[in-house]
Amino acid sequence: MTPVFEVERLTRSFGGLAVTQAVSLTMVPGDRVALIGPNGAGKTTFVNLVTGHLKPDSGVVRLAGEELGGMSPMQRVRRGLVRSFQVTRLFPEMTPREHLALAILQRQGRTGRMFGTFWTMPDVLKESGALLATLGLESAADRKVAEIAYGQQRLLEIAFALALRPKVLLLDEPAAGVPQSETPRIDAALAGLPADLAVLMIEHDMDLVFRFARRVIVLAAGRIIFDGTPGDAAKDRRVREAYLGSYADDRGAA
Amino acid sequence: MNADHLTGAARPVARPRFSASADWIGLAAVLAAAGAGYLLFPDNLALLTRIIGIIMLVLSLDLVTGFCGVATLGHAALFGAGAYGAGIAAAHFGISDPVAMIAAGSAGGALAGLLSGSVILRGHGLGQLVLSIAIVNLFHEAANKAAGWTGGSDGLTDIAPTPLFGVFAFDLWGHTAYALGVALLLIVLFLLQRLARSPFGMLCRGIRQDPIRVAAMGAPVSKTLLAMYVVSGLVAGVGGGLNAISTQVVGLDSVSFTLSASALVMLVLGGTGSLYGAIVGTVVFMLFEDFVSAANPFHWLTIVGALLVLVVLFAPRGIFGTSVRLLERSRRR
Repeated sequence: MTPVFEVERLTRSFGGLAVTQAVSLTMVPGDRVALIGPNGAGKTTFVNLVTGHLKPDSGVVRLAGEELGGMSPMQRVRRGLVRSFQVTRLFPEMTPREHLALAILQRQGRTGRMFGTFWTMPDVLKESGALLATLGLESAADRKVAEIAYGQQRLLEIAFALALRPKVLLLDEPAAGVPQSETPRIDAALAGLPADLAVLMIEHDMDLVFRFARRVIVLAAGRIIFDGTPGDAAKDRRVREAYLGSYADDRGAA
Repeated sequence: MNADHLTGAARPVARPRFSASADWIGLAAVLAAAGAGYLLFPDNLALLTRIIGIIMLVLSLDLVTGFCGVATLGHAALFGAGAYGAGIAAAHFGISDPVAMIAAGSAGGALAGLLSGSVILRGHGLGQLVLSIAIVNLFHEAANKAAGWTGGSDGLTDIAPTPLFGVFAFDLWGHTAYALGVALLLIVLFLLQRLARSPFGMLCRGIRQDPIRVAAMGAPVSKTLLAMYVVSGLVAGVGGGLNAISTQVVGLDSVSFTLSASALVMLVLGGTGSLYGAIVGTVVFMLFEDFVSAANPFHWLTIVGALLVLVVLFAPRGIFGTSVRLLERSRRR
């Protein structure tokens, strides 16, 4: 399959500190990749380099064959490289339905319209309704986001990104802060992501990584030290040393 | 009933939270208030017309401050540009038809919105506020120096609007100007209600709540804000034009920092982010100013200050915003 997302030798340093060193990865549609690594491994920098919020010193990022270098974050989003946020960034005074309508209108290039409302646009209502149903957000659809449960906000964060119909979705810790009792709903939402979407998840929660990812990339001190299946990651000596440590031992023991 | 209606395919979702009828109730309330004003103060229509002009300024300020979260203490630049636009059209170009003067006013306001927006939006927070003050002072100074066009500190006179639609002359008692003002306010309000819930209006509210999130969904933040500034200028310009027509003079006070600051006070008093908050705040402030300054010319500013402190402390959402909230709560119980 032709790759939808390619990163080639992406490098960036701050002062003398090489935070991202020749990081390369390739993803095809349908990929479910988890990017993990200890604090300070350079995960956030990597995300910012890819989304265009930081300029790399060298290296190339391609989306569906098109080079993204020099494009603004906005242009990258419009081409289909969409991210979700680790700290929920939603509009507290808007409802989930309004969020999704806004994202759909944005994708269609209709947010400049000064007349009419999405309530009278059947296609927008239908699509936002379907997304709300897929993620089980119907009961909260018309309440202000500030008033809905945190777990529902996390689900909306995913739905909001999906409404832009990305080719590549960067999920930044989708389950961050969600209580244990609600993680099954996040799991279900992740399992229901479009099959042809390439998903790169940045995550700390190893249980979630092992449930979700078919491939794990481990970043340590700015370098990729492992790229393979979750099972192999758990067995890999360098990964254990750098990151998994006691977690992998616990798993092995259990 | 037709078959489509019976299958129910047309309406997948019931509309919560708002209905078009609320819009019409609002417009009817404004019309009723305007009628009450006419009956209560038949000898003071000039004041009422001025209030309407200032309402447009405060509505216009609400568009950028209340809807988009842009802090500005220089919004009178847009209002003044409208007043001078209409005044100069009449005094120098012989465009004395009131409708054409309003159009000239809104064009002037829109241009000023584009200009000041492209400067003010480059700053953030305090810097933005300082830029806005600088802008209104620059406008003020420009109007002062270009005395050949604006009349400078003497004010721009020789504004003699012809009868409205060739029929209704602008009489000494201000009936025509008041009727024109009420009609313009209803039109502006009708359009702004639509704007507020349009995709563009939603995007603006999104920008106020989290501009980074808006950018992360691929929407242009600064371009959207600038567009709103132009719309805001159109609205303020209509108010300025109305003021030029009704008073037949344009003074430097219409591009002053003082007027800009007062407009912000009125908006906060009524409640930011809702069109009716802007209206209520302006009406309360200006009637209060008029009555209290007549009753006690020495201490009226003190009393206005005290009122503002009370509102900010006990009704932080403004008079209108807090009333709506209390009403909603009592309904739930």
